[in-house]
Amino acid sequence: MDPGVIDLSRLQFALTALYHFLFVPLTLGLSFMLVIMESVYVMTNRPIWRVITRFWGRLFAINFVLGVSTGLTMEFEFGTNWSYFSHYVGDIFGAPLAIEGLMAFFLEATMVGVMFFGWNRLSKLGHLVVTFLVALGTNLSALWILIANGWMQNPVGAQFNPETMRMEVADFGQVLFNPIAQAKFVHTVSAGYVCASVFVLGVSAFYLLKGKYRGVAKRSMAVAAAFGLLSSLSVVVLGDESGYALTDNQKMKLAAIESAWHTAPAPAGLTLFGLPDTTTHTTRYAVEVPWVLGLIATRSLDKEVTGMSELVLKAQERITSGVIAYDAVQKLKVDPANVAERARFEAHKRDLGYALLLKAHVADPRTASPALIAKTAWDVVPNVPLMFWSFRIMAFIGFYMIALFATAFVLASLRRHDSTRWFLRLALFSIPLPWVAIELGWILAEIGRQPWAIEGVLPTFLAASSLSRGALWTTIFGFTALYGVLAVIEVRLMLTSIKKGPFEHHDDPQPEPGTLPATPLAA
Amino acid sequence: MFDYENLRLIWWVLMGVLLIGFALTDGYDLGVAALLPWVAKTDSERRMVINTVGPNWEGNFVWFITGGGAIFAAWPFVYAVSFSGFYLAMFLVLAALILRPVGFKYRSKREDPAWRSRWDYALFVGGLVPALVFGVAVGNVLSGAPFRLDSDLRSFYEGGLLGLFTPFTLLCGLLSVAMLVLHGSAWIAIKVEHGPVHARAKRFGTVAGIASILLFAGGWAFVAFTKIGYRIVTTIDPFGQSNPLRTTSEPFAGAWLVNYTIHPWMMIAPVLGFAGAALALVGIRRSSEPLAFAGSSLSTVGIISTVGLSMFPYILPSSIDMHSSLTVWNASSTAKTLGIMVFVTVVFLPIVLAYTSWAFKVMWGRVTTEEVRTNPDFY
Repeated sequence: MDPGVIDLSRLQFALTALYHFLFVPLTLGLSFMLVIMESVYVMTNRPIWRVITRFWGRLFAINFVLGVSTGLTMEFEFGTNWSYFSHYVGDIFGAPLAIEGLMAFFLEATMVGVMFFGWNRLSKLGHLVVTFLVALGTNLSALWILIANGWMQNPVGAQFNPETMRMEVADFGQVLFNPIAQAKFVHTVSAGYVCASVFVLGVSAFYLLKGKYRGVAKRSMAVAAAFGLLSSLSVVVLGDESGYALTDNQKMKLAAIESAWHTAPAPAGLTLFGLPDTTTHTTRYAVEVPWVLGLIATRSLDKEVTGMSELVLKAQERITSGVIAYDAVQKLKVDPANVAERARFEAHKRDLGYALLLKAHVADPRTASPALIAKTAWDVVPNVPLMFWSFRIMAFIGFYMIALFATAFVLASLRRHDSTRWFLRLALFSIPLPWVAIELGWILAEIGRQPWAIEGVLPTFLAASSLSRGALWTTIFGFTALYGVLAVIEVRLMLTSIKKGPFEHHDDPQPEPGTLPATPLAA
Repeated sequence: MFDYENLRLIWWVLMGVLLIGFALTDGYDLGVAALLPWVAKTDSERRMVINTVGPNWEGNFVWFITGGGAIFAAWPFVYAVSFSGFYLAMFLVLAALILRPVGFKYRSKREDPAWRSRWDYALFVGGLVPALVFGVAVGNVLSGAPFRLDSDLRSFYEGGLLGLFTPFTLLCGLLSVAMLVLHGSAWIAIKVEHGPVHARAKRFGTVAGIASILLFAGGWAFVAFTKIGYRIVTTIDPFGQSNPLRTTSEPFAGAWLVNYTIHPWMMIAPVLGFAGAALALVGIRRSSEPLAFAGSSLSTVGIISTVGLSMFPYILPSSIDMHSSLTVWNASSTAKTLGIMVFVTVVFLPIVLAYTSWAFKVMWGRVTTEEVRTNPDFY
């Protein structure tokens, strides 16, 4: 395969996926916040809560449309740009995507239209139920997508079939209840809730700083403070780490995040800061906190956290074993009934993917020398400095969020959240942070999985479609131009809607003295 | 009952159901978007037309996404080969489809007439381009696509974007446009108040209905009198493992009509294609909008089914390698995956249909320019 094609395919996927995920977290979180706000409206019957729900609902709508539209690209991008991946694992990977459509996406998308247009056509409770179904649909959507993504990180319940040259499902239950998928789901939706909470908190803070729409803003802020505190605790405490002891690649991810070049005696210390050096395989100027990493990663004081060098040695063994499986597959292609080759294949099939790593260096893995195998084994180490720093920035933002929402919660409890100006400014300037953390989280998950598209099964460089560089440049340019224009429009519409504020021309809330605009703006 | 052969047949039918679901729901959205600048002239007319699809387009759109996911799950070879092969065409479709909902949503957020006019033409492109490209793609599926599979079953596509456009595939593209414009104009007629827009929609519907009939007949002539079609020369094993390399095909002129002589009941599909369009024309003439919409729906069902039935058991034949064609018997997922997906579909599709019908019912009724002016929730 042309390495340029692989790089361009990865670039395009990264661009479109990271862009898609600018909109998804807000949808995930804001949908549930709308449910909370509308529930208060239905229970208290106070019109201001209707205004609050409708105002955030308008911002939700602007964001939702781009989430849906860019999700379309993702649904087809496996086929367009990763066609060998699609063939190789479609038997397992396609099902969660299809179920997502049937079970979740239909629900969310059908109900969202009724939610926007149905205010005067449904009873109060009926409308609340519709809003709830939108939130349920979006979150179920995330569940199925993360089951698919979790399977890429930990491909359980499947095995290779030489007759069809692909992975086939053996136990669908294992795919569903993949522990990595569960951990990822909780972590990802919690991050979405935090993102929406910061958005609501920050925009409300903006109104309070300007002295506008105080009634709407302080109530929204109280909702955001409580919801955000719970979510930010959940996103950190129920982080992704729980799965890091499960597979060789997950161990590698952890080692790369910690820049742990060698296995340290248990319990391992947590490296706070340092400079990973990829040529000497050391971490310079490391500042360590003893015991902490061992506790987080293994939930024990006596288990080791495996270092990268040791994991590379293990990879070397698996490549050697995988070459035997690869050889058996080549013979079974010609003679599917060969019993002896079938037995050799069965004995080594779990390492088949490792033999495929050699294809980056040699056309036929069976001709690889031991020296080449030793060299190839280092391919299983992802980009260590990128992992190291992405994680630290993400985790720092995570802890900062807890502090921010704890402060908000305390201030709200003291009923001073609408007047503490330094905090309002802090909340406003915190708006971009969750997006930074979330995108870094995806970079960690996906870069950390390299060189694999499917951990231990299919290397990324074999997964791409056989396209030309010209075709890829065309679509990269096209998507960048299209997405760029849409991003500018989206942000401008958001800002316009925020500037217009929560007033509507027919059911204005009772504004507080001194906050009535000279001319109420039409919605 | 649920053996591998039947599971494959069920999924072949379900793939058709999802594609037809997409054409019936999102199809009228495409038709409406393609008609927008032409049936509606003033701003309030255009907003009225946009709001006929406003509350339901998101749900309609999901038919396409779910269709993509279901093809991935049930027919991974088809998903992998077709979308990577028709790469740039697929990009055009995606870009146009992304533009369209964004247009619905954002167009009326600003008063500036230039802004609105730009979006109206973006919507026109967003409706016309996918309708055309879908038809052209189907034409290429019928005439065979230039791909081959190597021994690892990796697919290589040996053609470009322009190679997709031949007289036959263009005819298929135009048929697709005519079919969806007919469907879209029937939808506008049912959903807007009586007035100039309503009258224009009926005129466009009449033209599109006649065009559908002529183009569908033209497609039949191509299939009957030119060298289009393939047949399998090896023995078919409906229970065999999915490996396309084990099937050998050969080009065979007129192959796409053979099924109708073996199974005469299949003639229902093309008859429905013609009769539905005729019914729609009658409906438009008599100002019976439900009849027109039923007619355009039946015509769509008939035309799409005709494609599937004509090619059976082929799904995507290769025009350059006689050992690479994808069929119902060699391109599916395992029986296990197909079985799980049948179960999921049997449980969820009726639920989807139930709440989709409910959502349409809640939003039922004609959209008026008056309502567009007063309802703050409208686009």
